[in-house]
Amino acid sequence: MRTRLLAIGLLLPAVAASLVFVYGFIAWTGYASLTGWNQIRRLRNFLPDFPLVGLDNYRSLFSTPRFWPNDVVNNAVFTVGFVALCLAVGLLLAVLLDQRIRGEAFFRNLFLLPMSLSFVVTGTIWSWILNPNTGINQLLDPLGLGAFRHTLLGLPFLSPLWQVLDALHVNIVRPGLTADPRAALGTIVIAAAWQMSGFVMAMFLAGLRGISDEIREAARMDGASEVQIYRHILIPLLRPVLVSVVVLLGYVSLKIFDLVFVTTRGGPGVSSDVPSIFLFDSAFKSNQWGLGAAVAVVMLLATAVVVLPYLRWQLHQEQRG
Amino acid sequence: MSAARSSARGRRRVTLRPSRLLIYGLLVLFAIGFLVPVYVAVVGSFKTLREVNTTSIWTLPASLDLGAWRSALVPPLQNSGGIASGLINSLTMTIPAVIVSSIWGSINGYVLSKWRFPGADAVFALLLFGMFIPYQAILIPLVNLLEQLGLYDSLAGLAITHIVYGIPITTLIFRNYYASIPSDLIEAARVDGAGLVAIYRRIILPLSVPGFVVVGIWQFTNIWNEFLFAVTLTSAPSSQPVTVALQNLAGSFAALYNVQMAGALISALPTLLVYVLLSRYFIRGLLAGSLKG
Repeated sequence: MRTRLLAIGLLLPAVAASLVFVYGFIAWTGYASLTGWNQIRRLRNFLPDFPLVGLDNYRSLFSTPRFWPNDVVNNAVFTVGFVALCLAVGLLLAVLLDQRIRGEAFFRNLFLLPMSLSFVVTGTIWSWILNPNTGINQLLDPLGLGAFRHTLLGLPFLSPLWQVLDALHVNIVRPGLTADPRAALGTIVIAAAWQMSGFVMAMFLAGLRGISDEIREAARMDGASEVQIYRHILIPLLRPVLVSVVVLLGYVSLKIFDLVFVTTRGGPGVSSDVPSIFLFDSAFKSNQWGLGAAVAVVMLLATAVVVLPYLRWQLHQEQRG
Repeated sequence: MSAARSSARGRRRVTLRPSRLLIYGLLVLFAIGFLVPVYVAVVGSFKTLREVNTTSIWTLPASLDLGAWRSALVPPLQNSGGIASGLINSLTMTIPAVIVSSIWGSINGYVLSKWRFPGADAVFALLLFGMFIPYQAILIPLVNLLEQLGLYDSLAGLAITHIVYGIPITTLIFRNYYASIPSDLIEAARVDGAGLVAIYRRIILPLSVPGFVVVGIWQFTNIWNEFLFAVTLTSAPSSQPVTVALQNLAGSFAALYNVQMAGALISALPTLLVYVLLSRYFIRGLLAGSLKG
């Protein structure tokens, strides 16, 4: 009994910290988002001592075109593009490295290397590569990329596609790259995928290594080709890994801040702006704290929709397994 | 590189199937693609001011000029920041935060995996949730609290922040790690009359070294690379971590990519070094950080 009290006592600081810094602060943010705290004055108490204004902050948030629809759509588009690109590259690399490769450790460590960097470093370097005047264009235009782009963009049957991509700010065929509102968001997706694809690779590779060779052997005996084995047997078996990866990438993507801040800072105009930048500008630059808190609540809800079912699933699985 | 690899393979196996060639070809292609930013950063950092103005970011420097590295560390212009102070600030803040959050996580993980009490799973879930919130959701009250406590714009405030929000991940990794230590070992020690603290000190802690390496690397990398807290909880260069210093450098030297690249490399060096030396543990942390995977 004494031991049990001691055990609980040892956990108490962490529980208390969590109750204050996570749950308490979320409630605090929720409360602040309902107040008219949209001026410079610093708070004198621990709670915002401003009159409640109901949902006014949310109303003004969703009638600000920069936030709605622009930032919300941008973040959704970024998330889809980022997750899809990371999955494609990461899964391909994992399957390639799973082929009893010489130098596997070298390749694996190289593809994971960007994970050890900050988004600020990644953004600083990539913003030069993706700058239309100094970067990738200078390298590839002499090789005919410029002309190829021009041809692609001129193809009549592709023009509906370009219109959609232009509108979503992800048409990286446009030579303007970070300086072109029609491409800016797409360029950030590339830099982000460079950083995070290795993570997907590592997760899938670990998953593949966890599948017993007997399963592969049995499929080979049945006459399945290597490609078929991956498509119909191994990759379906990795569904739990896939779910984890998608949720974790989604979590990274829905709160993305530093990479956008460093590469384009949301520009040109607001073409690559996302809610986290909007929050930073409204709260920390313009003292619109109530409005900023409303953005934070929206971001939290968006993340919770992705993360909570996943957490429940993981914890359930753990109890069963 | 590809030719060397293929011939090395050819010696071992006589037949070189086209599919193998395709696999290696793709891997080498991706490797080159992944190295492009590394190339740009390294090459650019050794260029002189003159070369920055006359050459593209893709050309090699004429010589290994260290001027950009010096300017990145301590810019010649006054009040333009510099990476040097950022490096020191980051070290000052990161090291205590890593140590405290690792030990704290170890204790939590130990209790949650070896001294389970009714509701332990609920407590774990409660703690874990903190790992999956966007920190924007707690940022405004955090700034306010640190201001009230006089810890805004201080390295202590940042360190405390990183410790508190590091609890979920360090607890998670240690809990999973300790789950692999056989409970028989604990039981035997209990029969011998050892208590919770004694078992931790005599059995768990000596077995925890790899766990501490994994958690330590994970925390070090994350705290070192963090930007959102860094940019919102500090305002003076004297308390700005290296990520903010680099961002400021990019602002004040908008046109000089040599200085920016040198700055990026310097600020990445500590985590890169840890990664290169201990990549095995880094990968373990990566996988452990995503729950059961």
